[in-house]
Amino acid sequence: MYMQEQEDEIIPYIVESREDTGLYNAKFGIWLFLASEIMLFGSLFSSYILLRVGASSWPVQSDFLNVPIGALNSVILITSSMFIIRAWTSLKANDFKKFQKFMWLTIVFAIFFLCFKGVEYAQHFMHHEYPKKSVFLALYFLMTGLHALHILGGIIVNIYYVSSGSRLWSTNPRWFTNRIEVAGLYWHFVDIIWIFLFPTLYLF
Amino acid sequence: MSISKKPSHDASFVQKYVFSTDHKIIGIQYGLTSLFFLLFGFGLMMIMRWQLAYPGHALPVMGTIFGENNMPGGIMLPEFYNQLGAMHGTIMVFLGVVPLGFGGFGNYLIPLQIGAKDMAFPRLNLLSYWIFFAAGGLMLASFFLPGGPTGNGWTSYPPLSDLAHDGQSIWLVGMFLIIISSLFSSINFIVTIFQLRAPGMTFERLPFFIWAQLVTAFLLLLAFPPLEGAAFMQLMDRLLGTSFFLPSGLDVSGQVLTNISGGGNALLWQHLFWFLGHPEVYVIILPALGIVTEIIANNTRKPISGFNYMRYSVIFLGFLSFIVWSHHMYLTGMGTNVTAFFQTTTMLVSIPSVIIISGLFITLWGGSIRFNSPMLFALAFLPMFGFGGLTGLPLGLATTDIPLHDTYYVIGHFHYVVAPGVIFAIFGGIYYWFPKATGRKMNETLGRLHFWPTLICMNLVFFPMLIQGIAGVNRRLYDGGESYLFMHDVLYWNVIISWAVWVMAVAQIPFIFNFFWSIFQGEKVTSDNPWEATTLEWAAPTPPPHGNFTKKITVYRGPYEYSLEGASKDYSPQFEKDI
Repeated sequence: MYMQEQEDEIIPYIVESREDTGLYNAKFGIWLFLASEIMLFGSLFSSYILLRVGASSWPVQSDFLNVPIGALNSVILITSSMFIIRAWTSLKANDFKKFQKFMWLTIVFAIFFLCFKGVEYAQHFMHHEYPKKSVFLALYFLMTGLHALHILGGIIVNIYYVSSGSRLWSTNPRWFTNRIEVAGLYWHFVDIIWIFLFPTLYLF
Repeated sequence: MSISKKPSHDASFVQKYVFSTDHKIIGIQYGLTSLFFLLFGFGLMMIMRWQLAYPGHALPVMGTIFGENNMPGGIMLPEFYNQLGAMHGTIMVFLGVVPLGFGGFGNYLIPLQIGAKDMAFPRLNLLSYWIFFAAGGLMLASFFLPGGPTGNGWTSYPPLSDLAHDGQSIWLVGMFLIIISSLFSSINFIVTIFQLRAPGMTFERLPFFIWAQLVTAFLLLLAFPPLEGAAFMQLMDRLLGTSFFLPSGLDVSGQVLTNISGGGNALLWQHLFWFLGHPEVYVIILPALGIVTEIIANNTRKPISGFNYMRYSVIFLGFLSFIVWSHHMYLTGMGTNVTAFFQTTTMLVSIPSVIIISGLFITLWGGSIRFNSPMLFALAFLPMFGFGGLTGLPLGLATTDIPLHDTYYVIGHFHYVVAPGVIFAIFGGIYYWFPKATGRKMNETLGRLHFWPTLICMNLVFFPMLIQGIAGVNRRLYDGGESYLFMHDVLYWNVIISWAVWVMAVAQIPFIFNFFWSIFQGEKVTSDNPWEATTLEWAAPTPPPHGNFTKKITVYRGPYEYSLEGASKDYSPQFEKDI
């Protein structure tokens, strides 16, 4: 808390937006972070294209992967994204209880996503489908694994904001609302990555 | 150095100087750490130069301390030579020059020059430094692995690096940490520059140093993550047995690898690496250009000529750096159309580069130049950097690149850019901003004793490499080319180069002594603006306290308003309303 207060005195535009950029610091920062994330996942998608185009044969992906679970997971993640928006708008409407409800729903749905992902992984391992079996499986595990790590990171941050991190609500509600908006932006990004991953890996 | 003015915050020593969130402390931490790594990487090279000058001879005095596995009887083994070379490149680039120019100078100066009290995210800044520190520690620790550090060159090309010993995995984890650290820094720098500018500090009034740092930050932000992806893939290849970079039917020492799935592509790594690797070159150069511009404007007492063009050039340079990476790969058989594209974009790079260098040269015209230590280094930077750039042209054209590729010509070329170029700019920057950070000037005599021998030795080291390279001497030969008859005519240069390197090491002693001695004993500065400069950092107290400025900062004019007509003195600071 000591550091937060000190920071607040020194650094402007934590809560308010700067007039000429129209942003507060954290929102600007998260957009930059997401830009770099696009480059990270972009490199993996490019690698996927390069390796697939250069391959002498490529497995029929939908035979290998569980399309129904993948589709279900897409629905779960999109729903979870919707919940985090509701959590943020609840704060905007000054309704902290409702925020808590929707934030927990966001988290629970994200955990559902990871559980289904875990079921899929377990199925692969039972059939001895390890990353080293083929380049396709290696790409599948790398891309979905990295995405799952991003989900996990989001879950941890969201749990923090709905538990001990939410104390900021009582001292500086607008700052706290900003933080939830930033968390929401990240969460949507993770969602969008999945929307690209699912057809690329499961359907095409 | 900085003492909090707030009575209620009595931060402990550790909070103030070790885990500090103050951008100035973090900048100094970055600076000192990377200066150490520069010296360390230079040390690796000095050992290598013995082997190149006197291949197969036992290294005198310290030959035995490297152990029987590396240098039995003081004679260097080829594997150890490769490890030294790989670590020299990695350490100099990723732990030396970049963190010094970006992390060190950027952290210290960006908030000061834009009139901010600190970075936008001070705790992220702290985290960024300590991740960098951990990465450095990891790289150093890899020297103590049973097999030693990685020996695959700083580029770590597979399949070799996929199959190499454990040092390579440590290298990959270290690189991953370095990228995370620079990602945090770059987000911080960009947000700070956009959000925390003082009133009146419009984009037109930002100093060139800030523009250079801003473009650098965007390059780090967008060009580095792909190597993170590549590092994951190579780690999976090494630890989980995947085949991202291993093609089917790969032949290793006469035997086809059968325990892999194959189907990978070794060139994929090269594309991902150079997508980082080429913007990396500009990450190295741009902060140096920024430093030199500040020094030259101040010491010619003139506005920078063509400042507007330079600003647009640096942005254009940033864009171009993303679409030239494959000029490192002409020999891979990409096809003539791809080659033609990358050849064209590479040649386009010369336009903004020449605009910037010409702008700085023309600024000298008619200036009343002050030949102090920072200015000497900045002046030497111009021709040396220019020479480095010009020697790059034959490498950017596929036809001339084919015979020159992987020869000492390449080594000579990029070292001209980095060593007497960027590192000279960094030296100049240290002499120039030292009074702001410590309140004392560095000694001028020692500065000259540092400058002249270093300049001469730099040229004795790198010019002969161009000659050797044109004669066909390959880089990465651990005997310096002795086993190739056709190289013998130019091998006598190896001895000259090596002695020049060692003399240059001696020439750094005045600098190191000067640096530490001047902190305590240097000539005290009598004002906050000892160089009579115009930018905002000189409005802050010396050394700047926590929160930087003691008065309210408003910016009234552009960054380089020297010798204005009708002004009362030959400099009109950005922060003074009445001139």
